[in-house]
Amino acid sequence: MIAIVDYGAGNLTSVRLALERIAARVAVTSEPAAILAAERVIFPGVGAIGAAMARLKAAGLDGALRETVARGTPFLGICLGAQIVFEHSEEDGGVAGLGLLPGTVPAFPRGLPGAKIPQIGWNQVTFRLPHPLFEGIASGAEFYFVHGYYPAPADPAHVLAETDYAGRTFASVAGQDNLAVTQFHPERSGRVGLKLLENFARWDGKGGAAC
Amino acid sequence: MSDHKRVRIMPCLDMRAGRVVKGIHFVDIRDAGDPVACARAYVEAGADELALLDITATVESRGTLLDVVQRVAEATTIPFSVGGGIGDRASAEAVFEAGANRVSIASAAFRKPELVGELVQAFGSDKVIVAIDADRNPAMPSGYEVYVDGGRTATGTDALEWARRVDEAGVGTILPTSKAGDGARTGYDLPLIRALASNLSADIVASGGAGELPHFLDAVQAGATVLLAASVFHFNVIAIPELKDYLRKHGVPVSPADDR
Repeated sequence: MIAIVDYGAGNLTSVRLALERIAARVAVTSEPAAILAAERVIFPGVGAIGAAMARLKAAGLDGALRETVARGTPFLGICLGAQIVFEHSEEDGGVAGLGLLPGTVPAFPRGLPGAKIPQIGWNQVTFRLPHPLFEGIASGAEFYFVHGYYPAPADPAHVLAETDYAGRTFASVAGQDNLAVTQFHPERSGRVGLKLLENFARWDGKGGAAC
Repeated sequence: MSDHKRVRIMPCLDMRAGRVVKGIHFVDIRDAGDPVACARAYVEAGADELALLDITATVESRGTLLDVVQRVAEATTIPFSVGGGIGDRASAEAVFEAGANRVSIASAAFRKPELVGELVQAFGSDKVIVAIDADRNPAMPSGYEVYVDGGRTATGTDALEWARRVDEAGVGTILPTSKAGDGARTGYDLPLIRALASNLSADIVASGGAGELPHFLDAVQAGATVLLAASVFHFNVIAIPELKDYLRKHGVPVSPADDR
């Protein structure tokens, strides 16, 4: 069973439908116990990081997420869920994240011609390290992004894939061991997105960047 | 590789009472009025995003629309927006719960400008599209006047002025439709696109009037980053892969049409 973490900040219908489409058994839950009991966990972040961290703490979910990653449970963070695993984000005047990966989450520079902020749309994802999540997907495939901030892992070994936008090359997929995060939305990224979710639904949490 | 923003192709499904008004004619769909079949056909043809627009948007059609939204969400894998009859936070929330990725508001936004900021606060700037129907009026500073009620009612408000307020409220995408061009296939209203794109930070959707391939390129050069069309796609005047090839050949970054 895959637990989709619901921390009350928004709508998770797209993620649930995509997983149901690939015939994964899913449960949308806000219960720390259910998250800890799940075989796999997806954290689809919604909204701004300050409010998200506050809600996670209020619901006791920050501890459950750290614990589930520490236990080796395959864990996928999406969008804000990709940013929140780092130590610090520039959003909302500076917010401490879960600290599961060393690194920060800076804002895209504003005002560059041709690069509206936030990035809303499709963009290329170039694989930098082999990873079970990428099986059957060509490096350079395009995924759907919606974001004004981007993951900047401190350790290059945690950069699984990269994407160019607004004069920056950023980690569109990052991870370590059983933890993987995508800045894009696999649940709305066509066939390649479903393939990535299918790979996650089969992933045992091994064979990541640290191996 | 260019790191400039890719231009997105957004077919629009105009619906009345849960049925597509103009069925798709480019594929063998048994029921050309079925929004789910049409949405899937567009996804397979390589659309980057879809727009569902309920052009009747009566209170009675709400349940029908939500049912369509849910079935489209189940059957597709790309983002789609839903517009028509969304007048408050609760109706927007219902559409999101049904599986829509973005909402589009028009008359309700104009009549209740505070709704725009409320939706941006509640759901995020990327989740809200404000549609603006405009028509030429030399008495307006920008030369364009806002219309509401599906283009029937003039408001006396300058279109650029209204768009600026929407932009300042944090809306990520503004969709101006020129009354003159809509459905005429004589080209998008380029001065309107240019006025908004050069003054605002939101993404500008070109809408209304696309009839030939160069019209799409004109809109990109005027500053649009999303290209919406209905009838040229419905009637297979232009196929999406053909449009993407054309734009790519003219140096416009677009996503491949074959990964959907």
